[in-house]
Amino acid sequence: MSGAFRIPGAGHIDRAQPLAFRFNSKSLQGCAGDTLASALLANGVHLVARSFKYHRPRGMFTAGNEEPNAIVQLERGPHTEPNLRATEIELYAGLVAASVNCFPSVDFDLGVLNRLASAILVAGFYNKTFMWPKSFWKKFYEPVLRNASGLGVAPDAPDPDIYDRLHWHCDVLVVGAGPAGLSAALEVARQGLRTVLIDEAPEPGGTLLQRPAQIGGIAGAAWAARAAAELDGLANVLVLRRTSVFGYYDHNYLMALERRTDHLGPGRAPGIARKRLWHFRAARVILATGAHERPIVFGNNDLPGIMLANAACTYATRYGVALGRRGVAFVNNDHGYALALDTQAAAGNLSLIVDARPAADPELARRAAGAGVRALQGHVIARALGGKRVRGVDIRTCAGTNAGRVECDHLLISGGISPAVHLFSQAPGTLRYDARLACFLPDRASQAVEVAGALNARLQLASALADGKAAAARTLAALGRAPAALATSAALTASSAASAGFVPPATVAATAAGTPAPGPVPDELHIEPLWSVQSLLGRKLPGKHFIDLQNDVTESDIRLAAREGFRSVEHAKRYTTTGMATDQGKTSNVTGLAILAEALGKTIPEVGTTTFRPPFTPVTFGALAGRDRGTLSDPVRITPMHAWHAANGAVFEDVGQWKRPWYFPLPGEDMQAAVARETRALRTTAGVMDATTLGKIDIRGADAAEFLNRVYTNAWTKLAVGSCRYGLMCKPDGMMMDDGVTARLAPDRFLMTTTTGNAARVLDWLEEWLQTEWPGLKVYCTSVTEQWSTVAIVGPNSRKILQALAPDMDLSNAAFPFMTFREGEVAGLRARVFRISFSGELSYEVNVPSWHGLALWQAVIDAGKAHGLTPYGTETMHVARAEKGYIIIGQETDATVTPQDLGLAWAVSTQKDFIGKRSFARVDTRRTDRKQLVGLLPRDKSFVAAEGSHLVASPARAVFDPASGSPSIGHITSSYFSPNLGSGFALALIANGRALRGQTVYCVRDAGPQPMTVGDPVFFDPEGKRRDGID
Amino acid sequence: MASTERASPLAAWPARFAAASASATDFTIRELPFTTQINVRGNAADAAFAAATQAVLGHGLPAAANTWAGTAERAALWLGPDEWLVVAPDGMNESIVAALRNSLDGQHAAVTDVSANRTVIEIAGSHARAVLGKGCPLDLHARAFSPPQTAQSLLAKAQILLQCADIRPAFRLYVRISFAPYVAEWLIDAATEFAASRGLDAQRIAARLA
Repeated sequence: MSGAFRIPGAGHIDRAQPLAFRFNSKSLQGCAGDTLASALLANGVHLVARSFKYHRPRGMFTAGNEEPNAIVQLERGPHTEPNLRATEIELYAGLVAASVNCFPSVDFDLGVLNRLASAILVAGFYNKTFMWPKSFWKKFYEPVLRNASGLGVAPDAPDPDIYDRLHWHCDVLVVGAGPAGLSAALEVARQGLRTVLIDEAPEPGGTLLQRPAQIGGIAGAAWAARAAAELDGLANVLVLRRTSVFGYYDHNYLMALERRTDHLGPGRAPGIARKRLWHFRAARVILATGAHERPIVFGNNDLPGIMLANAACTYATRYGVALGRRGVAFVNNDHGYALALDTQAAAGNLSLIVDARPAADPELARRAAGAGVRALQGHVIARALGGKRVRGVDIRTCAGTNAGRVECDHLLISGGISPAVHLFSQAPGTLRYDARLACFLPDRASQAVEVAGALNARLQLASALADGKAAAARTLAALGRAPAALATSAALTASSAASAGFVPPATVAATAAGTPAPGPVPDELHIEPLWSVQSLLGRKLPGKHFIDLQNDVTESDIRLAAREGFRSVEHAKRYTTTGMATDQGKTSNVTGLAILAEALGKTIPEVGTTTFRPPFTPVTFGALAGRDRGTLSDPVRITPMHAWHAANGAVFEDVGQWKRPWYFPLPGEDMQAAVARETRALRTTAGVMDATTLGKIDIRGADAAEFLNRVYTNAWTKLAVGSCRYGLMCKPDGMMMDDGVTARLAPDRFLMTTTTGNAARVLDWLEEWLQTEWPGLKVYCTSVTEQWSTVAIVGPNSRKILQALAPDMDLSNAAFPFMTFREGEVAGLRARVFRISFSGELSYEVNVPSWHGLALWQAVIDAGKAHGLTPYGTETMHVARAEKGYIIIGQETDATVTPQDLGLAWAVSTQKDFIGKRSFARVDTRRTDRKQLVGLLPRDKSFVAAEGSHLVASPARAVFDPASGSPSIGHITSSYFSPNLGSGFALALIANGRALRGQTVYCVRDAGPQPMTVGDPVFFDPEGKRRDGID
Repeated sequence: MASTERASPLAAWPARFAAASASATDFTIRELPFTTQINVRGNAADAAFAAATQAVLGHGLPAAANTWAGTAERAALWLGPDEWLVVAPDGMNESIVAALRNSLDGQHAAVTDVSANRTVIEIAGSHARAVLGKGCPLDLHARAFSPPQTAQSLLAKAQILLQCADIRPAFRLYVRISFAPYVAEWLIDAATEFAASRGLDAQRIAARLA
């Protein structure tokens, strides 16, 4: 037997499959088909949690996603997951769960001491209390509060599960597989449309599984199973179970979380993604998300055993669980009244219905009498009695007269409905307050969406089914399909659906925003609004009157907020924290704003709702990360030579997504020693670097030279074929954008190089100008970045090494001068060789098709052995270029730096026009106090400044004085130790820096200012003798 | 002298591709290394350009966006209103470049050999659509994406040029060589659940994309 409170013969559970589980270290038994909540209730366990603030005993309050109380920690170790709702956890063998918010146990909880202080733990308590003294916050208040705050514990081990994502497009997406959603899905699916039906439950059916129902002579649950089977059999339909749509974004983009293996238990489906994040794009959407039932606020309305009426009905009907031996219901509407009677029909334990209205529907009243349930019309429950479980209720007439005390062990409440407008509102659709139904309903949609069922206030089964059909008909019409033309039977098989063919929907109609169903919403509720018994009776009643059970917000908190001037619902929400817990106020928001409206003397529509935002229910971080973790968290881009670098001990640097060798340490070397050795080799023998990552763009056409003239600051028309030139690119504001060397391959053909990180941006830039501003220019650009691998052979011995590899190439200065290129064979490979230099040394950059890159690299290494060739990485490249004062885009530049600031006026034409030229006539770009590039040498040669350090004019200014403003005169852009100089050195941008040459500035650091001497940015070989070789 | 043998970016991967293909039910993955790829730019509305390219390729350049023309072996993929990628088996790059340049002599056009710029990864089989769907936001249902369609999109965080090469289905992913190991690793990971011993809902998903 799976619990003393199991109703014999009732429920859609499998009694033949008992499942053992543990809750708070106690061994219990449930059945396959149970949730953790239903299994606990079947065992008579109501007390499952302590509340967040006052640590009051709490029990299951709902049977679904709106649960505010039954928050548990599921499983232990790496699989543990905090703050799950017991009402949604499917039971499996060996499940282990525990309460949160309690210490040492849910039965005896020390946090209950907070209750003694409850008089001061009111709205705004934290804001009011912990403001003073300021220094106490970090040391005292925060640690204590963090320790006292509740909810579960995050796992501290890596997540052992895998997660998945899938993008999916469809014609119609139906959210919710209750009666309305199922009937809508059947209609559209039978037309052969690509249909998706999503429901959070293990099986479609919704309320058909939760209440006794009959459709066409068969039981509701059987009808749902038959409909699901038909839909499953159609190849044009995807039915997703255990899947929650949590976000509704623009262009009918919806996201959902599928729980694929949680119901099996942790680790029982190896290799299968535990959860899948679905990304949907739907031509049209039908929302049939149902409605949440709403509580009524009265004294101690939070005791375990007090539950929403639809939850009680669900536990009895779906799970065959009675909530106790003697129940009372408290309602103000026919829907709740009927749910109470449905519960009685299954569980037979209801003794009394307390109805605040003068009269109920006569048919319902007859049913109550027939079922032996007494009904008290025009009465309310003023207070519940009990501690860890409700023991009874105090009843009064609506006039306030005491009407006695009734004993009970559970209490059903129904204060009306809150249609689940969350997704509709996210879309975003507007809501309207229906005073007759006392709820917010979907009003105007802004996307191609229809609503149906309880979301549309259709609470009766027949009306929900019809509403689903009607929504489907509107959907089909919008898609240009005649409804009911093919909808004859369930005999449409997968193959015939496929052969029915696909007619693309008319785009305009398909995306037109949906409208609410025509005609007035019928009243199937017959509610008399009752938010709070206190306010109905006009007097204070004993006990705590809770609105938000999860965040422990009471009616008096809301009234206090109103008194303190919080008039906006958004402010009152944040001040009181109503609806801000993990349940997002699904059972409390509307009640809270109704009471706020009353306190402010406004109507409910005047106060309005707070904003509904995704996610509708919480989403695991793992699911959001999906497969993008570990080595797949971001692409790692590598060059064809990468394997050699890795095998030869390279330490890699991340440059954008590229892995570039940073330096190649020999055994025992640290970075400093390796870089010192590499830079020495570069200057004395030879070095070799993988320069493959530089961007390369093939530019050709009759107007190619003219085009370069316009995008570069310097002149290009006269560049000879076979020659190269350094070029600067500016934005229209005159600020540096990119630089690089471009070679003229033919009169109408150039090869442009860009900086590594800017390759794609520069190509887009060139295309933008060609396509939008200068469509008349005959120029085509083609990216060839990865077509070529580039090996830079650098240093005094580079000519000898290249000569060994290219014996037929005349490498003499006369035949192959600086800033030219040659095509020929290098190491038996067809290559382009560029004589350019980023180090000031004699240097050749050899390009071969990338499939030969590794072979060329190996050949260069072999040929260089006799000549002291040393592989080097980006750090040595940086040191060598900085010694020469060569800039790096993004390091010496930051979108506020002009070529003139960098001392590159020589590369800016004063004759021709180019992008950015006009900006050089602006007053701002002509200021003499602009920051200018200079070199800095530290007085203490061992000092290497931190890049980004600020510079001040005197040591006294190194201490910030707010009165005199910023003392900074500039900052360091590049800083290294140079073995060649035997000193640290830096490049810096300093206001009017060129005029400060020879003067001392001070680098600001925590350890005290360091004096540095301003000088020319070229530290090494200022005459440039070395670029032609030194022998 | 250097070895003149070429190395493709996924030269070290055949064993892993074979293992992934063998463990999956009806899913295969392989590299088509050194596929000839020629970038062609020109004015499609210009009859001389159309004639000159047709003469060399034996088929017209596709005018419709995101389509390819030709055969699976020799095709031209639409890249933009004035840009195509001509693909052919390994070793034809120099002859096609020469023939196109010769045929287009005097016209405003650009013919650029980019055979080493990208490599081609082919995935095929009934689960191929679902594998792509895990990282590519496009509609990959057979009704929406079948030959002769192409797309320039993302797979996870890498740019891809995607060609539906066969209704079987077979897809060719043209990937920058620096991204090739990332894309290969990603595809193998995404295909793990199609191992015969797993699957859960794999067949159902595949049937609903076919």
